[in-house]
Amino acid sequence: MSSHYEAPIRKPLVLGDKTYHDVTVDVARPVETRANKQWWTVFTIALAAFLWGVGCIVYTITTGIGTWGLNKTIGWAWDITNFVWWVGIGHAGTLISAVLLLFRQKWRMAINRSAEAMTIFSVVQAGLFPVIHMGRPWLAFWVLPMPNQFGSLWVNFNSPLLWDVFAISTYLSVSLVFWWTGLLPDFAMIRDRAKTPFAKRVYSILSFGWSGRAKDWQRFEEVSLVLAGLATPLVLSVHTIVSFDFATSVIPGWHTTILPPYFVAGAIFSGFAMVNTLLIIMRKVVSLEDYITIQHIELMNIIIMITGSIVGIAYISELWVAWYSGVEYEQYAFLNRATGPYWWAYWAMMTCNVISPQVMWFKKIRTSIMASFIISIIVNIGMWFERFVIIATSLHRDYLPSAWAMFQPTFVDAGFYIGTIGFFFVLFLLYARSFPVISQAEVKTILKTSGSNYKRQRENENDSHNH
Amino acid sequence: MSTKVLHVLYNDDDVLMDAVKATREAHHHIEEVYTPFPVHGLDKALGLAPTRLAICSFLYGLCGLGFATFMLNYIMIQDWPQDIGGKPSFSFIQNMPAFIPVMFEMTVFFAAHLMVITFYMRSKLWPFKKAENPDVRTTDDHFLMEVALKGDEDEAVTFFKNTGAVEVKVIDKQ
Repeated sequence: MSSHYEAPIRKPLVLGDKTYHDVTVDVARPVETRANKQWWTVFTIALAAFLWGVGCIVYTITTGIGTWGLNKTIGWAWDITNFVWWVGIGHAGTLISAVLLLFRQKWRMAINRSAEAMTIFSVVQAGLFPVIHMGRPWLAFWVLPMPNQFGSLWVNFNSPLLWDVFAISTYLSVSLVFWWTGLLPDFAMIRDRAKTPFAKRVYSILSFGWSGRAKDWQRFEEVSLVLAGLATPLVLSVHTIVSFDFATSVIPGWHTTILPPYFVAGAIFSGFAMVNTLLIIMRKVVSLEDYITIQHIELMNIIIMITGSIVGIAYISELWVAWYSGVEYEQYAFLNRATGPYWWAYWAMMTCNVISPQVMWFKKIRTSIMASFIISIIVNIGMWFERFVIIATSLHRDYLPSAWAMFQPTFVDAGFYIGTIGFFFVLFLLYARSFPVISQAEVKTILKTSGSNYKRQRENENDSHNH
Repeated sequence: MSTKVLHVLYNDDDVLMDAVKATREAHHHIEEVYTPFPVHGLDKALGLAPTRLAICSFLYGLCGLGFATFMLNYIMIQDWPQDIGGKPSFSFIQNMPAFIPVMFEMTVFFAAHLMVITFYMRSKLWPFKKAENPDVRTTDDHFLMEVALKGDEDEAVTFFKNTGAVEVKVIDKQ
């Protein structure tokens, strides 16, 4: 037991006096039991939203981008707003599994699997927007470097839009293998418990024949550590490059050097909020409250509070720099954001992103499940408005007042957006019933260190030594 | 010719670690250990050589960086140089700042994917591969040590029972 020492001041991460076998049973339960009525209700709603979205996508592709509310002044609006919003949400998964692994934060183990699933599903949604915005999505492969005689010219590697192609596809594929490699031992656990031949076959294929040899585990841990080391700069690079789409242009309001760190902080902020939204529901529905504890929610709330404050400082720095620059176009862009026709979007962003997370300074609020859930949703509304403010309000009043315009979304814009939310939840709900939602092999490694029963046992032993 | 091995099962990682040490001291040959989760220090106790996957990953990353540099130079500078926005592409070194994001992403892409592929190949993991853990409990809460049978069978069984094993089985292996 001495090798499993952990300071008694640290609260246990696994509650409910679990043994190794209990962890197995708890994690396998959602997969082995049937879905309840609530699951089917939520799944049906998500599926309906998804199908509506599919309809809007089909309509867009067959009719053209004119079905959206874009005009010649605002050529980018909801589509790119939604793209950045989804990519931002997709940042928490890799942050939790990679950055927190490098910092040896053990509390990540209960939430990394679901956070990574969320990352992958949200990056899929993000990818849909630029591909469909191309107008001819069947030619989407033209973003790859194709030889000149194949189609048009080579792609332009000076363009941040092309950097995005490389950044997002690297991010999606690396996150996917990181996730899957971690899943192998857990799929193997479900495979070895499976009762029906069909389930056995399916999980046998998914687990790639994982056997858990000592050498396999040695390699597994090394691969996880190196992937974490690679994914950490990767996750920071992805939203940096997304921000380059704007920052390298000459549009007042976009052309700012603060955009990369500000986007990365915002991405972590919205990603953690989405993790909180999903896990607060999931821990309840699949009875994993002993693993995803109030302490986990509190720690995520603290990250939301810190990144929310960074985002707030970034907003204020932007205003300061606009004034200090002495460039009147820049100054007007920011004055127009706060007081122009889109003032409501700006103040919605300020309220949701800067003010709302500040209530997390109170321990009572950040340890309240209801308050955390509500704030997590407010934050994601705020982060959507942030992207809308940056994108649409910087465009809608350009250098030529006769060209000034407003953006009016059509039902297709709304349908496509709601469709991706539906698609995201369809994927997440299917995942929650068929995948091991907690990385049980990793949780077992910290059970003796951080399990409530083991911690208590150690304390009792120490007490008896002292007397 | 069939050889006999012992399948010694434990239900605690600390007991397993002590048993591994005792087994090696008694000069029994441990063929393999199957565990449900990574037991820290087990590889050292077994005398396994450290894995070189991290070195592989570094080399793969260098390949990725090299490939990206070659590709960008060929596409943007050699094959079809263009003057985009008054910024002509006639020199790799002058245009490189714009290429850094792609060079970085390709480095990570190569380092990550090729390392994972190497890991899957070395550990024989791929779809439709049959699992080789001899007991299904080894993915749940049991730890299985496979030891080559040496000397008297009963004596060996008693030895392993004394190391804290919950179960000792004698298996005829092909």
